[in-house]
Amino acid sequence: MRAVAVGYVAALVIVPVAMVVWRSAQAGVGAFWQAISSEQAVAAFRLTAIVAGSAVAINVVFGVGVALLLARYRFPGRRLLAVLVDAPISVSPIVVGLALVLAYGPREGWLGAPLHRAGIELIYATPGMIAATAFVTLPLVLREIVPVLEAEGLDSDHAARALGASAAQRFWRITLPTVRSALAYGIVLSLARAIGEFGAVKVVSGNVSGVGQTQTATLLVDERIEQLEPGGYQMSLVLIAVAVLTIVIVSALQSGREDGR
Amino acid sequence: MSIEVKAVTKSFGDFVALDGVDLTVAEGRLTALLGPSGGGKSTLLRIIGGLDEADEGVVFLGGDDVTAVPARRRNVGFVFQHYAAFRHLTVRRNVAFGLEIRKLPKPEVRRRVDELLDLVHLGPFADRLPAQLSGGQRQRMALARALAVRPRVLLLDEPFGALDTAVRRELRDWLRRLHDEVGVTTLLVTHDQEEALEAADEVVIINNGRVEQAGSPQQVYDRPANEFVMGFLGPVTTLGGRVVRPHDIEVHRDHRDGAVAGRVLRLDRLGFEFRVHVQAGGEQPWVQLAPREVHALELRPGEEVYLLHRT
Repeated sequence: MRAVAVGYVAALVIVPVAMVVWRSAQAGVGAFWQAISSEQAVAAFRLTAIVAGSAVAINVVFGVGVALLLARYRFPGRRLLAVLVDAPISVSPIVVGLALVLAYGPREGWLGAPLHRAGIELIYATPGMIAATAFVTLPLVLREIVPVLEAEGLDSDHAARALGASAAQRFWRITLPTVRSALAYGIVLSLARAIGEFGAVKVVSGNVSGVGQTQTATLLVDERIEQLEPGGYQMSLVLIAVAVLTIVIVSALQSGREDGR
Repeated sequence: MSIEVKAVTKSFGDFVALDGVDLTVAEGRLTALLGPSGGGKSTLLRIIGGLDEADEGVVFLGGDDVTAVPARRRNVGFVFQHYAAFRHLTVRRNVAFGLEIRKLPKPEVRRRVDELLDLVHLGPFADRLPAQLSGGQRQRMALARALAVRPRVLLLDEPFGALDTAVRRELRDWLRRLHDEVGVTTLLVTHDQEEALEAADEVVIINNGRVEQAGSPQQVYDRPANEFVMGFLGPVTTLGGRVVRPHDIEVHRDHRDGAVAGRVLRLDRLGFEFRVHVQAGGEQPWVQLAPREVHALELRPGEEVYLLHRT
């Protein structure tokens, strides 16, 4: 059993990742540094950071808000909302991208065309990429917080109310600290997912390479591999390093959460 | 301060939780709201505290109409069945919460918190987290937290309901002494008649959203207003077509005036008491007797006995 499990993980994860590392190493440190520090690469990393950071920030605000709504209130359409926020898990990112283009695209977009005439660009620009990434990572923060809020119930909120705390004071002093570790966990997961997002972003970005354009790190990797240009594996190695770092942080948070109980 | 509730009605959908309830709690008293689960007593407490809104009716605290005043401005102390501890704060910060919200100067907060931790015997636990306390300690912390803000009234919602019997009994006695010391008007919701009869000055029995009876523990126990109150406050059995208490029945081996003849069916022993089940005509009353009485009367299944209701 153990051999099968190890073999399976090796075939699926370890061997391919090792190949990426090996291909990067083969080219040497100089080539590695050149590949990840070129103007194009730096621009791509910067855009990834902006898109992932913004998407996660948006999802923290709305994730906490919607989680509070779902956990604490009973209203018509609540179940529908609960199902809808899970949709991004099951919908293919490509489809998400296409849907966003249909709604917000500059030429035929239902909302996009009027906005385009007003000079506001969503698709083939950073806002569209942020929207696509936010959509894909929407459930991650939310799904971490809702169970914690449901388990906690409303008693401590009511206790704080009776002790004179306003809604804002209750949120900052009681609710937020209660979900803090779940929130941190959700943020790290969302960041990892956002940095690695490819499909939805590819459709809405237009993938214009170069400084100030719409090419994220994953899109640049794709381009370099497709065009048989050097530097694709080196870029990938950086993304792998980020993923490993994420796993480390997540497991540290996880053990912290278990200790807290 | 006194509490007064007038004609309070509250429904949840089709379910009528409170149906025109009137209630007066005199200043400085410990009053128990007693009744079966789902009878509306917790809803009434939450309406008094402002955590729920009444559909109709008014609430007065110390003579002021607070019906439209939000919970956070009513200045009531509220204690919940499941402690409602702020899990991320130490015992000290939990107790200090209401004082910090009121922006009292730090030295004053410190002094007041120390005072309260002493009062509830949690001084040595000040820097622990609630998770490191027992259930009884958590509830004492919750009480200190509620008392810290010098509330006008103290509202306790089944405060000992989640604790085991021994701790429950101990905390009940302690609450009674604490009340005598602090003197704050206290309303205690409970479904445990023993708790209500032992701890409270005044008992209000609530069932199906209505007040069945209010009075001192003796009054409600000895002169129940109806069969529901009688049955809820203690054991009952039927003798000669009347509902009576099993410890109010005398058992004789010879006939007496007004006695009902019967035959012993069986004897159940429950700790320090015997339950003697008797077949008397069409009824099967049971009598509560001490072991020595059972031995003195030489009761055995099949023996003939005469049952007399002691009045």
